[in-house]
Amino acid sequence: MASANQTIDVAYVANLARLELNAAACAQFQRQIATIVEYVRQIGELNLDGIEPTSHGQPVYNVYREDVERPSLPHDPVLANAPTRLDDEFKVPRIVE
Amino acid sequence: MNYVPSIGLEVHVQLRTRTKMFCGCSTAYGASPNTQVCPVCLGYPGAMPVMNAEAIHQTVVSGLMLGCEIGTFSKFDRKSYFYPDMPKNYQITQYDKPLCLGGGVAIVVNGAARTIRLTRIHLEEDVGKSTHHAACSGVDFNRAGVPLMEIVTEPDLASADEAMAFLLALKQTLLYAGVSDCNLEEGNLRCDVNVSVRPAGQEKLGTKVEIKNMNTFKGVHAALLYEIDRQSALLAGGGRVVQQTRRWEPDSGETFPMRSKEDAHDYRYFPEPDLLPVVLDRAQIEAWRAGLPERPADRRTRLVQSYGIPVYDAGVLTADRAVADFFETAATRCGNGKAVSNWIMTDVLRLLGERNCTLAQCALTPETLADLIALVDRRTINLPTAKGLLPELFETGGNPALLVTARGLGQMGDADEISRLVDQTLEANPRIVQDFLGGKQAAAQALVGQVMKLSRGKADPQLASKLVAEKLAARKG
Repeated sequence: MASANQTIDVAYVANLARLELNAAACAQFQRQIATIVEYVRQIGELNLDGIEPTSHGQPVYNVYREDVERPSLPHDPVLANAPTRLDDEFKVPRIVE
Repeated sequence: MNYVPSIGLEVHVQLRTRTKMFCGCSTAYGASPNTQVCPVCLGYPGAMPVMNAEAIHQTVVSGLMLGCEIGTFSKFDRKSYFYPDMPKNYQITQYDKPLCLGGGVAIVVNGAARTIRLTRIHLEEDVGKSTHHAACSGVDFNRAGVPLMEIVTEPDLASADEAMAFLLALKQTLLYAGVSDCNLEEGNLRCDVNVSVRPAGQEKLGTKVEIKNMNTFKGVHAALLYEIDRQSALLAGGGRVVQQTRRWEPDSGETFPMRSKEDAHDYRYFPEPDLLPVVLDRAQIEAWRAGLPERPADRRTRLVQSYGIPVYDAGVLTADRAVADFFETAATRCGNGKAVSNWIMTDVLRLLGERNCTLAQCALTPETLADLIALVDRRTINLPTAKGLLPELFETGGNPALLVTARGLGQMGDADEISRLVDQTLEANPRIVQDFLGGKQAAAQALVGQVMKLSRGKADPQLASKLVAEKLAARKG
């Protein structure tokens, strides 16, 4: 799985996540995340041969709902949450392809 | 130098569910903007998604119809990216454990049969619909969260024609499976096209270009022709193809590079913690397999064998499942498969086209068509009379036998009666008779037409034709 010297570049991830972090904050998170990663890395000391990575913590599966319609939200409260509206739509900066 | 294209498709198919993938909002098309939305599909913090069981079922049924292996363990993942049409800033999709793996679609192009391999089929949610204006864009989230099945092919397609044949065959299979309306106008079927070219004889695939979000089959075909030419010309001129995403511009008939942000492809996939995995047991999968509808290709073969119709007819009739169902019901009832096939292929499909409607929307039932054909087969009415009745049966329905009786349309099949009409006709048209005797063969047909007219369309045309021929021969001496 994860290579032993894997590090997380906080500035890069912050950029992906559209987070504005100044240099001091970046350095602080970099240190904290390194500690967390180091802690998780302990699992690598165990013999994990033949063990599938788990995606969820509990052995619960197939939680479904039936294909039955339920009322949607009333129109006006929905658009009340929009920063700006354009008639019945959410107004956003022009999307350029 | 000859260049060989390799084409792979990613086809997004909207499933036929009543509600969205992870919430109970309606999927109905055409509602006014932002009326089919809730905290889940608007991505409100804390709202929890729950899987629509029917979407899982329809995806597995599609996989079984297409010969895929069904994953017994499947899960959902978050694909992170920022775009105004995606309110959560991540899309719920399936990354490494899709519902279906492998499979294939059989196509025939220029007489050559091939199977195009599928890589996988996974389930994901659709995004909102954006409308672009001069200074801003507007977003409607009614479509956000609608279940989409993404069908991914191997780069097996070798031409624009093959891509077209693949899409048509895939659409037909999905319609038979009943998992999607496949309505292109409503955006039920959209695809991304990956295409590269390489010099003939070279094994390694060339650098690929992706053309995003095509929503017509014609567009896919035209874009591929353009892109294959563009890439081949580039290589032939000593240039290199740049790996990029391009946009098809139908008006100018060209592709253009899309402006793509750096890091755009770092989606940071990780398991969706709000959804538990899907575990399908073998018994469940086999039960679904047992309930699958007949595949189009199997049905073609069976129609030829069971009803004695030509392969061509079977191809036309099975193109649409509803038409094939209609055919089988009618052919079974009247016992004349070839006649039913002819009526459907010429008259019924033409009427549907003219009226721009479907079989379900018109008043003609397969029983009515069968009864109409039976009246012709029993020589109760002649073919032109039957054809004359069809538009009315198509518009308003009705019982053909009752209509024939009520209007006195029954065929005149009595030889003496028709013989009298033929004599009258020959007397009244000496010039046409002279033409015939002078060697003009077509004149006989004109006389038969006159006899039919005199009988007000009710004479048995074959009998009339035979009697005209006999009487003319007699005059010729």
